[in-house]
Amino acid sequence: MHDLAKHAPTAPDWGALRRDFPILDQTVHGKPLIYLDSGASSQKPRAVIDAISRYYEHDHSNVHRGIHELSNRATAAYEGARERTARFLNADKPSEIVFTRGTTESINLVAATWGERHVGAGDTILLTELEHHANLIPWQQLARRKGAQLLYVPVLGDSGVPDPAKVDELLTPAVKIFAFTHISNTMGTINPAAEWCARARALGVATLVDAAQSAGHCPVDVAAMGCDFLVFSSHKILGPTGIGVLYGREERFAEMPPYQTGGEMIVTVDWHDAKFKPAPHGFEAGTPDVAGAVGLHAAMDYLDAIGRQNIFEHDRDLAAYAYTRLSELGGVRLFGPGTDRAGLVSFLLDDVHAHDVVTLADQHGIALRGGHHCNQPLHRKLGVKSSARASFYFYNTHEEVDRLVEVVEKVRAFFNR
Amino acid sequence: MDFDFEELYQAVILDHSRKPRNFGALPDATVTVSGDNPTCGDEIALSLKIDAAADKLEAVGFTGSACSICMASTSLMTTKIKGKTRGEAETLLRDFQGMITGQMPESETPKSLGDLRLLSGVRKFPQRVKCATLGWHALKGCLAESGEGKFSVGTGDADL
Repeated sequence: MHDLAKHAPTAPDWGALRRDFPILDQTVHGKPLIYLDSGASSQKPRAVIDAISRYYEHDHSNVHRGIHELSNRATAAYEGARERTARFLNADKPSEIVFTRGTTESINLVAATWGERHVGAGDTILLTELEHHANLIPWQQLARRKGAQLLYVPVLGDSGVPDPAKVDELLTPAVKIFAFTHISNTMGTINPAAEWCARARALGVATLVDAAQSAGHCPVDVAAMGCDFLVFSSHKILGPTGIGVLYGREERFAEMPPYQTGGEMIVTVDWHDAKFKPAPHGFEAGTPDVAGAVGLHAAMDYLDAIGRQNIFEHDRDLAAYAYTRLSELGGVRLFGPGTDRAGLVSFLLDDVHAHDVVTLADQHGIALRGGHHCNQPLHRKLGVKSSARASFYFYNTHEEVDRLVEVVEKVRAFFNR
Repeated sequence: MDFDFEELYQAVILDHSRKPRNFGALPDATVTVSGDNPTCGDEIALSLKIDAAADKLEAVGFTGSACSICMASTSLMTTKIKGKTRGEAETLLRDFQGMITGQMPESETPKSLGDLRLLSGVRKFPQRVKCATLGWHALKGCLAESGEGKFSVGTGDADL
């Protein structure tokens, strides 16, 4: 074992990394915690927790308005996080990064500003059937307001793969924006984001990529992808809750009216008129989540020290292992592609409701997600109300998957007795 | 198997979830109300046939699909309310709520709840209280809709 490690000096020490997460060292219902719900929210390493504490203990003040030392430090920390995010995504410049409350707010911002201005009656908005409610309802509302048409690229049954022939058919110049998830939070499908963006661009169609499940799990490069907008949340990539990212290509931001208005986003204000700042500050009204940005910065440093390609391979191998082990059990319906899947597995046991599976798993210290995963129309299409989901991160192990499989077997034995 | 879990999923409960009583649509229903649990998408539609003159819930039926706790709770509920008066059904509803939310001490749980008392273990699983109360929300809706005032139900909250 030691020799193998020597021969692979670049392989991260996953066991040591796991020990960076204080929360994982506890028992739940008397059993060691096995956290398989990182798709909902990741846990936080000590480095992120400490960065936030340090900021509040030494540097906190309001940003962009002070002349004093602490305000300078807070502003530097906040704008430093913006620069770091631009590097994290390989964006051209920091001004293409707007901080929001999260993925949901980022998409609402685009729908309410860019969408409001560019989508009209009879236009088409194209999504896929994989979309999380966050990338569905803002467009549904916009389509209703504008009398626009909302179309979905259908998925091919339980495989969770959007039908390539339907992409060809539906992606036409009538589409104003094609908004799609990079990695499906229910199926684990990895969509060909660069290919779709290139085709959309050739047709003059704008693109928005929902990277909530991918930004912290695989390399994400907006230049290589060629998207117009890309969104994700800090809390799914080891950072704190309450902050998220909207990447927008410079020329797209330039054609958008303000979203929320108020302090921080103005140039001058008169009793009856105001002039607004350009992006990014023009889209960040009010005092921003500075501590959140500091924590997010620390999270991105931590992830890139490990290497997102390494993380991707680790999670992919774990999900493939879980998929194989669960499929060997029999009587288990697995969702999503059999190969080329990201680090999560959704499943159903014959005749056992997902909530019952999740409650029993919890009694064994295993945290799963049970429900429709904010993906109700997709579950309806598959003819189910809900499913159970195990989602992995680099702090999870093969032994934890083995425990999951044991518990799933127990669930089946219990309900079939 | 874990004690709390065994307590939650007792044989009677599993039996009712697998073979729900009074399951099926009621063609000549006086009132039908559905409730849904937004966290899982589960849905239960409850129908009552009410003989107003005799003040009697003459027939009861339900449809839908849900987890075992929800199916069992609704099934047990239908067996308890069938043939009862409105007032008796309302008392049952109040007692069940008191038990399931833990507002009523376990020792004071009325015997009239019968097998429904087997669901008292749900109070140890706060996330599942909504499952156990979904059918009861529908009952509350049915009683309200067939009575005087109308009000909306069906978000699956613990507070009935």
